[in-house]
Amino acid sequence: MKVRARDSKQAWKEDFEASAARDDGIETSTISGVPLKPLYTGDDLPRREEELPGQFPYTRGIHTSGYRGRLWTMRQFSGFATAEETNRRYKYLLANGQTGLSVAFDMPTLMGQDSDAPTSRGEIGHCGVAIDSLADMETLFDGIPLGDITTSMTINSPAAILLCMYIAVAEKQGVSASGLGGTLQNDILKEFIAQKEFIFPPAPSMRLVVDSIEYCAKEVPKWNTISISGYHIREAGSTAAQELAFTLADGMAYVDACLERGMHIDDFASRLSFFFDAHIDFFEEIAKFRAARRIWARWMKERYGAQQERSWKLRFHTQTAGVSLTAQQPELNIARTAIEALAAVLGGTQSLHTNAMDEVLALPTDKAARLALRTQQLLAYETGVANTIDPLGGSYFVEALTDEMERQAEVYFKRIEELGGVIPAIEASFFQKEIADAAFRYQQELEQKRRLMVGVNEFTVNDEPPIEILRIDPKLESEQVARVREVRKKRDQARCSNALSRLKKAAAGTDNLMPYILEAVRAYATEGEIMQSMIDVFGTYTEQAVV
Amino acid sequence: MRDLEQELRHAQKTPGVVGFTGAPGSGKSTLVDALVHLLRKQDLSVAVLATDPNSPYTGGAILGDRIRMQRHALDPKVFIRSMGARGHLGGLSLASREAIRLLGAFGFDQVVVETVGVGQSELEVAAVADTTVVVLTPNQGDGVQMIKAGILEIADVFVVNKADIEGHMRVVTELRTMLSLAAPRSLGGEPRAWKPPIITTVASREEGIGELWAAVLEHRRHLESSGLGRRLHEQRLKDETAEVAAELARERVRRALDEDPGLAARLFDERTPYNTAEEILDRKPG
Amino acid sequence: MPQTAVRPVRIIVAKVGLDGHDRGVKVVARALRDAGYEVIYTGLRQTPEMVVDAALQEDAQVIGLSIHSGAHMTLFPAVVAELKRRKATDITVFGGGIIPDDDIVALKKQGVAEIFTPGTPLQTIVEWLKKRFPEGA
Repeated sequence: MKVRARDSKQAWKEDFEASAARDDGIETSTISGVPLKPLYTGDDLPRREEELPGQFPYTRGIHTSGYRGRLWTMRQFSGFATAEETNRRYKYLLANGQTGLSVAFDMPTLMGQDSDAPTSRGEIGHCGVAIDSLADMETLFDGIPLGDITTSMTINSPAAILLCMYIAVAEKQGVSASGLGGTLQNDILKEFIAQKEFIFPPAPSMRLVVDSIEYCAKEVPKWNTISISGYHIREAGSTAAQELAFTLADGMAYVDACLERGMHIDDFASRLSFFFDAHIDFFEEIAKFRAARRIWARWMKERYGAQQERSWKLRFHTQTAGVSLTAQQPELNIARTAIEALAAVLGGTQSLHTNAMDEVLALPTDKAARLALRTQQLLAYETGVANTIDPLGGSYFVEALTDEMERQAEVYFKRIEELGGVIPAIEASFFQKEIADAAFRYQQELEQKRRLMVGVNEFTVNDEPPIEILRIDPKLESEQVARVREVRKKRDQARCSNALSRLKKAAAGTDNLMPYILEAVRAYATEGEIMQSMIDVFGTYTEQAVV
Repeated sequence: MRDLEQELRHAQKTPGVVGFTGAPGSGKSTLVDALVHLLRKQDLSVAVLATDPNSPYTGGAILGDRIRMQRHALDPKVFIRSMGARGHLGGLSLASREAIRLLGAFGFDQVVVETVGVGQSELEVAAVADTTVVVLTPNQGDGVQMIKAGILEIADVFVVNKADIEGHMRVVTELRTMLSLAAPRSLGGEPRAWKPPIITTVASREEGIGELWAAVLEHRRHLESSGLGRRLHEQRLKDETAEVAAELARERVRRALDEDPGLAARLFDERTPYNTAEEILDRKPG
Repeated sequence: MPQTAVRPVRIIVAKVGLDGHDRGVKVVARALRDAGYEVIYTGLRQTPEMVVDAALQEDAQVIGLSIHSGAHMTLFPAVVAELKRRKATDITVFGGGIIPDDDIVALKKQGVAEIFTPGTPLQTIVEWLKKRFPEGA
């Protein structure tokens, strides 16, 4: 009797089960808790028609030519202290090969406060540039031709104001709004969910977002009106699936709001953009990006009936994960960032920010910032990963994981729908609780050493030498305060107060507020004054916090 | 504490005490926040005592009521004390009653007590508050039938919160039916003269708060005019004395067993807890 | 052994200043609860006055602050100063966030008991508190 040879897969399975496993207690699931098999084979490859880049549902990429046609934009987020200092840093980065600008604002600016407000004390210029009025914006972009570059502005509640300031600066340079390109973060829903930089309650906040989308569709058509963000949700402690699902759900909520305003889907959908985290669990991130494109394309085409291809294509910016960086042995962050950036590139991102190694402690030094940029250049020009489009397409593992991410996201969409949509879910603290639970779970895993952070809970060293970090000169705070007071003194008071009262009246009505805000900006009304005019009508929001 | 107690006996002010109880998620804190806002508009000073359960395993707690009342931060006429139930089965720690007397002595016009409805805490609140408000919501699982025994008896006012949610009228109707059928009795056993009103509120929009407060005041007038208020007050002092005695006895027994190994050994070997307890309590304290 | 016989140590945790990154403070709050403390989270955008006032009303022994915005050199000393003004310097102040070593040294000189930087195990914070309050409150 002939002995039949074992089927090779079966053989592998039996041999694997008979072999010894590592006994270090480290989790073998993804960092988000998705269980992983030790091996994926052809049996795990989802049965579907082969997908191709540039073709619906764009799992393999939205562009036919991938990075062969155009590399991702190297867009390093930057900004600190004063507009003048930041202007210097921008020119430095542009000279060193950065291809787009990205503005980080300081806390008072993000929160719609002027530098001389009492609650701004101690907060000026620390995490970004202080912008109080059009005057600061003019200094920020002095000598930088807005018609030739694209700029991303990371700001949310006061986003409409900053966009108007950008438009007004361009006007002074002789560049019309129709020629301006860039992105406004402008994603207020994720503020309620994760970053907590909200000011107005949800309804008027959404109105402002829709106003800006509607305005730009006509006046600033090349502008990406919103950067629907998962980054902050992830940084707040969510899993990859939550990041994916909550972000796309937010996107759909914005689409719904715009449709309710009476806009046609194809008039605005192509200008919606996204912003994801690139965390350290390498393959999970790649699967997440691919799933995001597929889900969004399906929903845009099948659920919303968008007709134009560009409405189906999800475009995204990525930032490597801030929370994965360590203060201990920080040089290792260079390696972490490189790996995370690689995941973003293999996931097909349109633009990328790589963190500097010293960012756990403070804003990056020139040297660290340059190194972060060089990391992207290394990926683009030395590693060869840009030579083939979606190189991991067809991988048994990556395709299976992509499908799993998509499945988990759909489960969340259903739950959000059951709660009545994104805003009711926010008010019920649904997202916030999921995030807090995930964050705590991960922390416990770290404490139990089921997951490691090298240098932190394992492979530690004592007596590390201090890292040189960038310090903000405290004198800059008082200078900024003096500057805003000077602007208030010097401007045409009548023009300014007229503009503000017209804005206030419009806020109480249903007009699109963008033209009113633009006029106030031109009249050198300060950010705080413009915000206050709207607060007087909209009120402010206090969250129902869950721990 | 005892000296202070004696001094306070002579304190003039007796604030009204209203207690709120209800299942977690019924919106009690939001309701209390809205009530405080209303009372402040009348320039009344308010003290809030909010209780959350402690973990029975670790003893710790996240006391989450203060954060629901952010807008009253720095208002000198609003005082908020978050308390852990501290293993006290009834949900209110023993210190709460002392705290309430102190708050009265310090001159607060109104005292609001809030506790989460787990275990026997509804009964606890009723033993402490002049007026007990029970808060229900439309999405409370299987409806009013699931409400624990005792609620009908202790509630002086019913609030159906989140009245903007579908299903709230059903809760109101079911409640009305139960009340008419049950003819609830007071804690003393006699049939109640007071018919608890049912108030609907949307606490997050501050709707129905005025009606709620009016109902509380109406109940207070009833307590005053019927003499029931005084009788309850006396009964409470007796009950509280008994509870303090129980707590003191408990401490004595625990300490004795910890400090006297011989006694503990005998307990383990041959004696019953009853005998041991009596032996300890018969000893002179100290 | 639950601390029902002993008065638990009460801790106010809060975020002062404009920064809204509350992941850390929430994780710490849960860990402190699991370690047997009574924790009151007073939320975002607290001023030094609000935090100290809450600590006094709640008869807390400890204040824990979380600051990620870089404004720690203004805000921590402001809380310490407010405690002094309210005659409550017996309340321990500790904190966490993005705070460089030099600043930690300076803050400790100004009355902050301890600063825990990113990556500190929760157990370290708990042990530090237990050492400071061995008998409970």
